[in-house]
Amino acid sequence: MNEALVLTGQNETIEDTPDNDVQPEPSQIDWKGIWKPLSLIVGGFLLFFFLPMDSARFTQSVIESLALAKWYAQEHVLLCLVPAFFIAGAVAVFVSQGAVMKYLGAGANKILSYSVASVSGSVLAVCSCTVLPLFAGIWKRGAGLGPAIAFLYSGPAINVLAIILTARILGPEIGAARAVGAVVFSIVIGLFMHLMFRKEESAKAAAAMHMPVPEVERPLWQTSLLFAVMVGLLISATWGKPAQAGGFWSAVFAVKWLLAGGFATMLGVLMVRWMRVKLYKLIIAMVAVFIPALAIPQQPLIAFSIGLVAFVSLLTTTRGETESWFTASWDFAKQIMPLLLAGVLVAGLLLGRPGAEGLIPSAWISGLVGGNSLWANLFASVVGAFMYFATLTEVPILQGLIGAGMGKGPALALLLAGPALSLPNMLVIRSVLGTKKTLAFVGLVVIMATISGMIFGHFF
Amino acid sequence: MDIKVLGPGCPKCQQTEKIVKDAVAESGIEATVEKVTDVMEIAGYGVFGTPAVVIDGEVKSVGKIPKKQDVLGWIR
Repeated sequence: MNEALVLTGQNETIEDTPDNDVQPEPSQIDWKGIWKPLSLIVGGFLLFFFLPMDSARFTQSVIESLALAKWYAQEHVLLCLVPAFFIAGAVAVFVSQGAVMKYLGAGANKILSYSVASVSGSVLAVCSCTVLPLFAGIWKRGAGLGPAIAFLYSGPAINVLAIILTARILGPEIGAARAVGAVVFSIVIGLFMHLMFRKEESAKAAAAMHMPVPEVERPLWQTSLLFAVMVGLLISATWGKPAQAGGFWSAVFAVKWLLAGGFATMLGVLMVRWMRVKLYKLIIAMVAVFIPALAIPQQPLIAFSIGLVAFVSLLTTTRGETESWFTASWDFAKQIMPLLLAGVLVAGLLLGRPGAEGLIPSAWISGLVGGNSLWANLFASVVGAFMYFATLTEVPILQGLIGAGMGKGPALALLLAGPALSLPNMLVIRSVLGTKKTLAFVGLVVIMATISGMIFGHFF
Repeated sequence: MDIKVLGPGCPKCQQTEKIVKDAVAESGIEATVEKVTDVMEIAGYGVFGTPAVVIDGEVKSVGKIPKKQDVLGWIR
């Protein structure tokens, strides 16, 4: 018989018995390729076999989960998430990493390097796979351990998309506290790490730094204006109805679609002036948007959706940087949307919506992380530090937790410790930093998150 | 020729590795293509951003997926 048969795993045991002089036929079944899909199918079967359809609590939770997904789809996807994807895509394409990294180089001014590192996460770390190489680079080749740690923390914590969605769904106070907290945290933690491990810092090898070359060069004021217009559009489109009539908030609410239209027009003009978008296309797009906007003003979402489609056609039918912009935004959407949908469904199933319970009884939640005690804040920080949150899923999960009785303080503690750290991520950081520094980093994050949670919970 | 693709394993890095391998196969040049995933080793090249392509010790591209045409130009 041929040798290949002897080598296959199934035959090894038979080989050991010498009496067996007839070589048995090898198995045609390749278990390696089968066990994974098979266990999925069996798992799915068992799940549905034992699905507790009789339990009112379970069916109610499933309905809650679907209702939550519907609420997200109606309230947040078109007005908030889609524009946010385009903003994040624009950050990835239009902001020059090299210009930012200049301030994180070996010879950089210390104060400047900390402040740049603490906010640059929002600009540089739009893709999670760039965080660690950048971190290692800043540490070994650039400004040193402190700024590198500041960057490592701020990267995932002040991601543009996350801040926008937090403010929109959990409320502007907690969104602002998250943004401010993340910046302050990154600087303080970076400084502490620098002081604790000052002796171990070795001299920097003055080596060449290779930066990614930006796809587009554009003066800073142009980039800033572009972002200001996009953020203005996002804020005016998502402006919520204030609780009481009168005053500044409701005055803005009354004209929010006029404002949004104004910002959209400005964005279109900037695209024509700076990005090779043809004027006639912009005019067609604007006519297409303004007809439904004037004809059916009570349904602004129709005009807004047509506006999005028109915007995408402007981006994709123009050659050059607009194409990169579209591709970068699409990459974000493709990566984040499925995770977010799964996060919303799971959060709805387990925690329900505010006012309605999910599978986990609200009493457990309020018992563990209700109020604003030291214990509740510490528990939230530690859980947040170890748990893995896929991008943005921390928002629906926290919404569920707050609805089930979690205090605002522990919620902030979880937000500040959560996205920056997770068990898998700690293991990767450890492979770069070593055990001692990683423990110090995790410890600092947990302690600071607990303290900030208590302060925030005291005031709100 | 010694080609290294630097990247911790994100989809973009895998795409880059594939493009580089395709380019090498297409050009018929003898070259080893190695994937470097260790973050400290990546930092050792002074590369700030991945995926990056290093050919014979020289950094050719950083932070983006190179076009096959470009890779062919570097290895010829």
